[in-house]
Amino acid sequence: MAGTVALRAMTAPQRRGRALAGSSPWTKGLLVALTLGFLGLVLLVPLAAIFTEALRKGVGACMEAIADPAALAAVKLTLLVAAIAVPANLVFGLAASWAVAKFNFVGKSVLTTLIDLPFAVSPVISGLIYVLVFGLQGWLGPWLQAHDLRVIFAVPGIVLATVFVTFPFVARELIPLMQEQGQEEEQAALSLGASGWRTFWHVTLPNVRWALLYGVILCNARAMGEFGAVSVVSGHIRGRTNTVPLHVEILYNEYNFVAAFSVASLLVLLALVTLVAKSLVEWQARRSASLAAPLAGRVLSA
Amino acid sequence: MSIEVRNITKTFGRFTALRDVSLTVPSGDLVALLGPSGSGKTTLLRIIAGLDSPDPQPPSAILFHDQDVVGHDVGRRGVGFVFQHYALFRHMTVAENIAFGLRVRPRALRPGRAAIRDKVRELLRLIQLEGLENRLPSELSGGQRQRVALARALAIEPRVLLLDEPFGALDARVRQELRRWLRRLHDEIHVTSVFVTHDQEEALEVADRVVVLNAGRIEQEGTPDEVFHRPRTAFVMEFLGRVNVFHGRVDMGKAFVEGVELKGRVGDPVAGNGHARIFVRPHQFALSTRAQDGAAFRGTVRYLNTAGPLVRLEVQTDVAGLLAVEISQEEHGRLGLSQGSVVYVTPREAQAFPSDFSI
Repeated sequence: MAGTVALRAMTAPQRRGRALAGSSPWTKGLLVALTLGFLGLVLLVPLAAIFTEALRKGVGACMEAIADPAALAAVKLTLLVAAIAVPANLVFGLAASWAVAKFNFVGKSVLTTLIDLPFAVSPVISGLIYVLVFGLQGWLGPWLQAHDLRVIFAVPGIVLATVFVTFPFVARELIPLMQEQGQEEEQAALSLGASGWRTFWHVTLPNVRWALLYGVILCNARAMGEFGAVSVVSGHIRGRTNTVPLHVEILYNEYNFVAAFSVASLLVLLALVTLVAKSLVEWQARRSASLAAPLAGRVLSA
Repeated sequence: MSIEVRNITKTFGRFTALRDVSLTVPSGDLVALLGPSGSGKTTLLRIIAGLDSPDPQPPSAILFHDQDVVGHDVGRRGVGFVFQHYALFRHMTVAENIAFGLRVRPRALRPGRAAIRDKVRELLRLIQLEGLENRLPSELSGGQRQRVALARALAIEPRVLLLDEPFGALDARVRQELRRWLRRLHDEIHVTSVFVTHDQEEALEVADRVVVLNAGRIEQEGTPDEVFHRPRTAFVMEFLGRVNVFHGRVDMGKAFVEGVELKGRVGDPVAGNGHARIFVRPHQFALSTRAQDGAAFRGTVRYLNTAGPLVRLEVQTDVAGLLAVEISQEEHGRLGLSQGSVVYVTPREAQAFPSDFSI
């Protein structure tokens, strides 16, 4: 992940030093043009198209589509799902990275591999496994039905699928950083008489705060934007189990293009906010990292 | 506060870091644990601190002032621990770092704000960093950071102070300065202190007592003078300073190398009779430009370095290999040696240890 690399302590001179010595201006120009052209074609043009389509019938129609009760219900559900999935993964991610980075235990490499599983598996499969476990024909299906609990085609299923898909984000950001920082500061705090809890709040957490925030932002963006896994478990019940991405798909399939693109533009705005927040955090992290560079440099050069 | 450890064994998987180590540190002393890497010195320090625990078998004990602290975790032992790489809290200022140990005390034991401030000021003066209290650790030099780490450890008024390679990450000049400073500081505050080092010069210069470790065992323990001048094992002899090694024989208190008797005093412990490894330090040779009867090796000067308080030579001998020799500048002036000169080398003193193998 690009983020993991960017958060490593890179000081300004180090970054300048990366410029390829001896490369000609032609190569540079060509590479930049190629990159920009590609970005424009596959990113900027579609992005512009979303807003153009949304506003095709004026701002009023766009607003109307967003204010539609079904759309509002989708937004509410998306916010609810993110409000559960993100804190859950924040806690899980912290616990997992703490365990992996600061302790040695049997099965550590298995845990590290498992954390990456959601990235390796297609989101559709992530959804399907929950159908297989909790669905009517699934392992727990009969028991759930007997107790009148609905997981699949209901909010709990959507939350579960989202948690599954987004759980690597926080842990993946934290593990390399925590490993690099080692355990000495914690041991110092303990030797000075601090309790484990105090050590966590006053030493461990402040040291990883920017990476943690970065992970949370990415996790949130994915939680709100997840389509595949959620689509499998949601059942697409309008106004009840539709998240924003699913709602966009339904509107689009009904040839309601203005409404579809209007709601889609909400997701795009979320993406833009995410990017800005991400850049701010990266900038902050680099600032504190470059302040700490003489400390971190030792680790990097070792 | 004296420290006593008894029968400490520590294994990491198949690696045995410490084998049945027992040690007593008298109250108020500054003791060096000296050894090569992998000798177990840091492990022993961490076990004393409570950052690691000894193997449950054989039964062991760690006593602070005759009180067993094995069951106490690191926070309750009242130790000040200074880490090799400082381990300062990177997001806290110098003052916050120093005050940390006082601020995290339970309310009943915590000094008031003013008292903490005074304590921090007092420690800043002690480590000679007044005026830098609002800096972050990243804005300090290595030597300054190490002093802050020391002040942070001293703030809790520890019963014992433990330092893990305290100067290991510093450059040579700062190292020398800081270790003299540590010695003066210890003379001032007299807290029982143990520090780990792989640098024999540092151990001999700073410590009241030196404990030499090798492969998880204590080889010798004593004052710097004792371990340097009366090494009990070949390892200690070799580890503390440069040596020339001869394989020879000892017979009735006399040492022979290649049939030549070493006329100098052969120090204790003499190897008894039989095969021996005979050690001579570079400064224990007498040089002459004329052949003397019997005891001298004849050789040629291969290398000569006059830059420094002593003149260092390498002499290629006919029978005893290449020897490292140190002589005073005056003697060098008297002998007038240059590269290629023929010299006769006579050991004035030697230490013999029994050979592990026969030649």
